[in-house]
Amino acid sequence: MGIADITFYAFAVTLLGAGFLVTVSRNPVHSVLWLILCFLSAAGLFVLLGAEFIAMLLIIVYVGAVAVLFLFVVMMLDVNFAALRGEMARYFPLAAVVGLVLLMQMALLFGSWQEAEGARDLRQAVTPDMAETHNTKALGMILYDQYFLLFQVAGLILLVAMIGAIVLTLRHRKDVKRQDVVAQMHRDPAKAMELKDVKPGQGLG
Amino acid sequence: MVGLEHYLTVAAALFVIGIFGIFLNRKNIIIILMSIELMLLSVNINLIAFSSFLNDLVGQVFTMFVLTVAAAEAAIGLAILVCFFRNRGTIDVEDVNVMKG
Repeated sequence: MGIADITFYAFAVTLLGAGFLVTVSRNPVHSVLWLILCFLSAAGLFVLLGAEFIAMLLIIVYVGAVAVLFLFVVMMLDVNFAALRGEMARYFPLAAVVGLVLLMQMALLFGSWQEAEGARDLRQAVTPDMAETHNTKALGMILYDQYFLLFQVAGLILLVAMIGAIVLTLRHRKDVKRQDVVAQMHRDPAKAMELKDVKPGQGLG
Repeated sequence: MVGLEHYLTVAAALFVIGIFGIFLNRKNIIIILMSIELMLLSVNINLIAFSSFLNDLVGQVFTMFVLTVAAAEAAIGLAILVCFFRNRGTIDVEDVNVMKG
């Protein structure tokens, strides 16, 4: 058993253990932290598979943005999580049955599939030799060429998601004074102030 | 020697854990969203494993799109959650009946 195999088993066991703890841990903050461990070990698996760019993307996007977003929401919402967890024992048998049935169905597939004749001739983008072109460059070559339309659609999806999230969560509070730039710019100096000639020894009175 | 089957087994187990989490935490929508993230991660592992063992880069390109959609879904889901919590003061899934569905 080589060092690569040991690394694979270490990452796989960490991934599955952390994934299980995400679902069963009592505190949602702990759940998010286990989720981060999940993403990190999945990134390790991706590096083992030779997909370095996706692995780094997983760490930056998932750990840096999505998991932190989860953490932020969990800490911002003042929810009594203990009350929500109380029902867990009731749902456990059903969840275990569904999980076991699904696992057995997938186990039936194990080893019973075979590769079709000539399947390898149908490849759309054969991975170039790692010594000549590294993973990131090879991905960029086909992402900005063959899949450019999908790439732009992905950007559009992110734009829609951003606008949607802002629209959903933005609220105007009535009790806060805000700056009204247009009103400020259209102020008339003649109306805003009045000049008085005050004689010496007399007041304005 | 670790082969394709090993990675597929890990991905299948992670997917089942995600389903298990959805059934186990039927009240807490935050954990449900995290379970969905786990399931999407298992799909990504499948795509990357096939991409690596068949020497085809398309799997990695599609993984990127799955990542994009997952990030958008998490953002929208959490925004709806915050909006709902602001209106109702709870995140219990069973209280979601504003639309009288």
